Amino acid sequence: MLRQAAGHMRGLLARRASVAVTSSAVRMASQGHEVSETVDMSRPMYYDRADVPLPDKPYKDLLTDADKSLKQKEKGPWTQLSKEEKIALYRLMFCQTYPEMKQKTSEWKTVLGGIFFFLGFTGLVVWWQRIYVYPPLPKTFEGDSQAMQLKRMLDMRVNPVQGFAAKWDYEKGQWK
Amino acid sequence: MSLAKPMMRGLLAKRLRFHLPIAFGLAFVAAVAFKYTVTEPRKRAYADFYKQYDAVKEFNAMREAGVFQSVRPSGE
Repeated sequence: MLRQAAGHMRGLLARRASVAVTSSAVRMASQGHEVSETVDMSRPMYYDRADVPLPDKPYKDLLTDADKSLKQKEKGPWTQLSKEEKIALYRLMFCQTYPEMKQKTSEWKTVLGGIFFFLGFTGLVVWWQRIYVYPPLPKTFEGDSQAMQLKRMLDMRVNPVQGFAAKWDYEKGQWK
Repeated sequence: MSLAKPMMRGLLAKRLRFHLPIAFGLAFVAAVAFKYTVTEPRKRAYADFYKQYDAVKEFNAMREAGVFQSVRPSGE
């Protein structure tokens, strides 16, 4: 029961993922439309997915007479089918083979390009903000103020064992 | 064209048999490396620091520098 539910969920996901319009019944129902034909999503659909091997229905619904006779021959012993017939039967059931499905695309180039483009745009935005939005830095960022802060940290013996004050030579008054 | 039947079961167990010893080994090596490159030197550094540490002298130096609120430098 759970398996069926999982299969149904996968089917629903598949419908949202890839719409392969193969059902010719739908085509006949929508003749005379200029709008692109709508697919009836409430009926079993075909999909090519690497993780769900067996779609809800075969790829080709309307079989020609040659296809029908081939299907009849399929009901007998398969050793009598030639290699071409077996391939033809496969192509009746499925649109793409696994290698065809798994072909690499160049999508990564688009993705990477988009990433860099928006990073660059963000950089421009941040630059503009630095000039027109940020308030002036506090006085404590200036060199003299920073020196006074460092001196106070050394006076307080900040991290005297392995850290900051450990690197200062208190006898000579200089960095080690 | 009869292919061999593929492995149907035990795929996770096979992967774990291979990878789990490696994982434990690497984790152990990481722990040992951390111990001898970080914790032992740190323990030695603290021991050496406190061997020659005069708390009163350090306190007076800090007091003269004026960092305390409870005791002001001896001049004031």
